[in-house]
Amino acid sequence: MSSPAPRIALPAILIANDLRNGDVVVRAAAGWSRDPREAVIAHDRAAAERLAAEAAAELAANRVVDAYLIDVTLGDAGEPVPNHFRERVKLRGPSIRPDLARVPGRTSTGART
Amino acid sequence: MYRYDEFDDAFVRDRVAQFRDQVTRRLSGGLTEDEFKPLRLKNGVYLQLHAYMLRIAIPYGTLSARQMRQLARIAETYDRGYGHFTTRQNLQFNWPKLRDIPDILELLADVGMHCIQTSGNCIRNVTADHFAGVAADEIEDPRPVAELIRQWSSLHPEFDYLPRKFKIAVTGATHDRAAILAHDVGIAIVRNAAGEIGYRIIVGGGLGRTPMIGKVVREFLPKPELLAYLEAMMRVYNLEGRRDNKYKARVKILVHEIGIEEFRARVEAEYATIDGSATNADPAEAARIAAYFAPPAYETLPAESPAFAAAKAANPAFAAWVENNVFPHRQPGYAALTISLKAIGQPPGDASAAQMRAVADLAERYSFGEIRVTHHQNLVLPHVRQADLFALWQALGAADLAEANVGLITDIIACPGLDYCALATARSIPIAQALAKRFADPARQREIGPLEIKISGCINACGHHHVGHIGILGLEKRGAESYQITLGGDATENAALGEIIGPGIAAEAVPDAIERLVETYLALREKDEPFIAAIRRLGLAPFKAAFSGEVRHAAA
Repeated sequence: MSSPAPRIALPAILIANDLRNGDVVVRAAAGWSRDPREAVIAHDRAAAERLAAEAAAELAANRVVDAYLIDVTLGDAGEPVPNHFRERVKLRGPSIRPDLARVPGRTSTGART
Repeated sequence: MYRYDEFDDAFVRDRVAQFRDQVTRRLSGGLTEDEFKPLRLKNGVYLQLHAYMLRIAIPYGTLSARQMRQLARIAETYDRGYGHFTTRQNLQFNWPKLRDIPDILELLADVGMHCIQTSGNCIRNVTADHFAGVAADEIEDPRPVAELIRQWSSLHPEFDYLPRKFKIAVTGATHDRAAILAHDVGIAIVRNAAGEIGYRIIVGGGLGRTPMIGKVVREFLPKPELLAYLEAMMRVYNLEGRRDNKYKARVKILVHEIGIEEFRARVEAEYATIDGSATNADPAEAARIAAYFAPPAYETLPAESPAFAAAKAANPAFAAWVENNVFPHRQPGYAALTISLKAIGQPPGDASAAQMRAVADLAERYSFGEIRVTHHQNLVLPHVRQADLFALWQALGAADLAEANVGLITDIIACPGLDYCALATARSIPIAQALAKRFADPARQREIGPLEIKISGCINACGHHHVGHIGILGLEKRGAESYQITLGGDATENAALGEIIGPGIAAEAVPDAIERLVETYLALREKDEPFIAAIRRLGLAPFKAAFSGEVRHAAA
């Protein structure tokens, strides 16, 4: 399990896998969401620290696994796009199965999906 | 095929109940992830990039039609309609929900299957020649011994916490289709000068970050002594294998560090202390297991079916499929056929639920209900009447399963890579797809002849790239995917590790680079000389020159 890295480049978001179903989720304003566009974006060090603290609390509360911060670039619509190709695949779904891509929708699930 | 007895069934059911309780405690917060992880791994549950992954053991790659149908049902009910056959002859589901996994395990137990010891530092699923019981060059069927080892190693209390995972492969044939020289322990069924059947025991092979070819530790082990000797080897490894560094913990490192002579001496010393009568299989029990693998009730048929010959003569596409995908059977009038899971442009080893069902139906109708999984990520119907092959080929075509490329350049092994795997450093499947498309022309594939490309998306080498005639290893280089090409690997009895032929290249450059290697081969080969033989004769120099020319061209 990765520990959050406060020294991460900014802007950054917090991602994890949902404990029950394994889904990739991002930390949103209200709990966890499957939609990357809902991610809380840390633009400064203090915001990144807050996300890191939330990651630790959510791991301890057994709501998610493998929670960690990733650095992103903001797209034209303000959506976060991971800077590393691994995390881009993680957020989008297998590149070879576009039919299984995570379709962004307004599906904020809260903590317990 | 082996069938669970009451003891086996109760053993697996108990384990399902135990894991159901562990999952319940995890979901309710009673177990932390650190506490749960070793428990889930012992039941084949990984956390991958997008989801959990469930790895199901297919002992020595043998499946019944009923089991395959159950896998299709699980794929549809609990996953996303498909599964992935692996280089370990197993099946992986990529999308199970943790909360559903106990129910999935229950469905598996209903058909005599489980996920025990498909992960963790224990003796893993035993693999074997996929043409076991079929091949004419077979001294003896390897499945009874593979099953014996499976039973002996399942939850063996002494070997449940090894320094690292441990993989055993068995072949009964002279031509090694099970890659026994690339396993922790390889077992070859052999005959000694007196004509007795026994085992040649190989140790210390393996791929991963430190690839090694296995070495002979015992040239001839009498058949009844197998389990006691294996126990002696496992003890030496268990005590002396390194536990301070997981990258140096496999038995290959121990064998390499102390040398095979010293390893052999330690094993023999340990062996001398073991009471064989308490450890070796009771001959009656060995015979009971062997009886499950008796040949099916073949019909007496002529060696060549006239209808089969006529169908080949009338239909060139069928004849081409037969040439590549059909393997001679020891029983007159029969054939074993390989169903390619490498349709051009598809992820290697993936099968949809509908395809699994189609294969199950065809196995029942034409192959005594038996299916094999190959470490090349294909399926086999092992006992088909030649006269049925044409109808079978047509039915396979309807299920998109009639690709005529077995053993050819588009029959590519690829691990899931970064598209699924949390450990991967680069994607593998898109490289396989691009190469398959580049070499899709069937006539050109046949002109090139036997050529094995194997692709891994990280240094752990699940895609066996070290032993590919052409190996491709995906790495990360300066924040981008980069592919290192090796040449001259071989997974058979002539096992060899490929050598790196130049700097890493970008994904887009891979098809052209492989094209140059193939062109070089075609230009320099002697009549009917296969790719791997040409590399052995010519050495790497002409291929390196062609490769670096291509790299310069791509960079210009």
